[in-house]
Amino acid sequence: MRVLSLGRWLRAGLVLPGGPASRHSGDRHSGHRPQAPPQGPAQVLLQKVSVEVLEHLEQLALVDFRDSEGVERLQKAIQFADQLHEVNTDGVEPMDSVLEDRCLYLREDDVTEGNCTKELLENARETVEEYFVAPPGNIPLVKLEEQKTYLQGSK
Amino acid sequence: MAAMATMVAAGCGGVWCRARQRCARWPGPGSRPFLRAQRAVVCNARGGAVSAGKSGLAPWIPVVGLEIHAQISSNSKLFSGSRVQFAAPPNSLVSFFDASLPGTLPVLNRRCVEAAVMTALALNCRINKKSLFDRKHYFYADLPAGYQITQQRVPIAVNGSLSYSLCIDNKMSQMVTKTVRIKQIQLEQDSGKSLHDDTRSQTFVDLNRAGVGLMELVMEPDMCCGEEAAAAVRELQLILQTLGSSQAVMAEGQLRVDANVSVHHPGEPYGVRTEVKNINSIRFLAKAVDYEIQRQIQELGNGGTILNETRAFDSKLGCTVPMRDKEGKQDYRFMPEPNLPPLILYDAKSLPANMNHQQVINIDWIHERLPDLPSVKREKLVEQYGILPEHSFTLLSEDGLAEFFESVVKQTQMKPKKVIGWILNDLLSYLKQHSLTVKESPVSSFLLADLLNLLEKKEISSTAAKRVLAELWKGEGKTPLETVKEHKLELLQDQKELEQICQAVIDGQENEVMAIKAGNRKVLNKLIGLVQKKTQGRSNPVLVKQLLEKKLSE
Repeated sequence: MRVLSLGRWLRAGLVLPGGPASRHSGDRHSGHRPQAPPQGPAQVLLQKVSVEVLEHLEQLALVDFRDSEGVERLQKAIQFADQLHEVNTDGVEPMDSVLEDRCLYLREDDVTEGNCTKELLENARETVEEYFVAPPGNIPLVKLEEQKTYLQGSK
Repeated sequence: MAAMATMVAAGCGGVWCRARQRCARWPGPGSRPFLRAQRAVVCNARGGAVSAGKSGLAPWIPVVGLEIHAQISSNSKLFSGSRVQFAAPPNSLVSFFDASLPGTLPVLNRRCVEAAVMTALALNCRINKKSLFDRKHYFYADLPAGYQITQQRVPIAVNGSLSYSLCIDNKMSQMVTKTVRIKQIQLEQDSGKSLHDDTRSQTFVDLNRAGVGLMELVMEPDMCCGEEAAAAVRELQLILQTLGSSQAVMAEGQLRVDANVSVHHPGEPYGVRTEVKNINSIRFLAKAVDYEIQRQIQELGNGGTILNETRAFDSKLGCTVPMRDKEGKQDYRFMPEPNLPPLILYDAKSLPANMNHQQVINIDWIHERLPDLPSVKREKLVEQYGILPEHSFTLLSEDGLAEFFESVVKQTQMKPKKVIGWILNDLLSYLKQHSLTVKESPVSSFLLADLLNLLEKKEISSTAAKRVLAELWKGEGKTPLETVKEHKLELLQDQKELEQICQAVIDGQENEVMAIKAGNRKVLNKLIGLVQKKTQGRSNPVLVKQLLEKKLSE
């Protein structure tokens, strides 16, 4: 079962129909069609994402969920992706790269690049004597609950 | 959880309960097998199972594991074609890929893979013919991509071992061989360098080092004190330098060591470990590890707890301090590197027929061309020259000393067993006193061999030879023979003259002569000494003794 075909569907936020899975080569799951989840909020089990997890994600990925609408979208996305669990992958090796059958090219140990200090520094907002300038260490993020936008959206 | 554990403990003797405790308290990379905690790790060197003193408490067993990063010796970086060089103008050795500009892709350097394979073979590892690259994500100014390409899932080599020698009780004559297991070796990128300017609250970033190839060697926690850690790292350094896979100079950051230290009571699970960083030399490694062991023992002895934290070694104060920048546990969100296919290595059997040679790495081919490792070289020296193992050890610890020794042996008639004394006691101590390397020695192997030949031919005494060496050390370009003549150090060859001097000494020392004739042979040495004085060290002590004995028995 190739995961990549779901990418399109995830972005569009659509529910996965039973069709695409059976179109794949190898036809390993010809007998099994994933079911669409039951419609309607009453039947959907929405797992709340805790504030700790949200803070953790924001810190790791430096994303900003901004308000409750953003968080809800996240939760819906998780729920959508959870449908993957319905697919039977027994005895199937996970694929982690489309390049798995390709040859890894080995380069000779020659110096062919570098010496472009000026060009590289042009991209930087601030430089000092050919060094890039960055803020000190890692600045801790403001806690989620203290963010104004989050509080506004949660009413 | 605790209640359940107690219940189970009642049923199976508490062993299972402890295993669960251990797993909860040691969140290390990968899982540690169950049996490890029960193996007694006893150190033969000083600082082994440390007793808690008069209080009668159980002794503490320190556990030390090392994570070593060795910079690969190559012309260009691991995934790009920029130069690898220490101390260059900032950001001059940086390609667009190293700066993580969009649209750039990693291209693997063949030489780096070969270096890793050589190292893995030298350390008896199992080489994974298929290994994978991953991304390890974290944010820091000197990591422009926001992730480091490493090998977390399937590294290039696993399950090796490193054997090293240790002197027991500070005596060079008693050496033991110990082994530390290598968990894995992986290829990864180095990060750039940050220079912190705390006064102006900013950090300067130089990416010259970003992307340089590293070999990360993870050792199992088989060591138990600073001395063992230092000896293991020293041996690894020699191996890497012999292979040429890394120059392993710690002072230039080509070899970086982080130590994981914990203590526990015998029979109990491993304690909470701390990670010690910022260790800049092998000497400091031993100090840092020993300090941390003592600190933990003291802390636990006072009823405190050890935090699973990262500490930095302060070489000026000789202690470890908590590193404030590392807050909480990092979640690196490992994911497969999508731009790199698996790395496939071949051997003689699996070699593909129709592939370009440049694209193929043959493990067997590399294995056949491995140079003699230090341990093999040491054995050969012992066998070939009849010197002691500890001599051989010292010869290889100094860069160029073994070659110097062999060169002298070739050029002199003196037996290697005698030559080694001159090399280790005289030459080496001079070098150390003046902080010189063998290559910088003012006395060449040719000069020393010349001097030793004079001694061997009995043209000078050994005391005279030492004087000549001291003169040669000044590096004035004189030969040993010239020096001998200049300072009149030749042995007296005239037997008659020597006999006369001996007679004169006997005549002048009535009391001593009587003591000797009464049976006190030791006083003879005094007479020999007096003859030496009169001849200004130019008499052969053996000959003098013979003459004196002959005269005294008349």
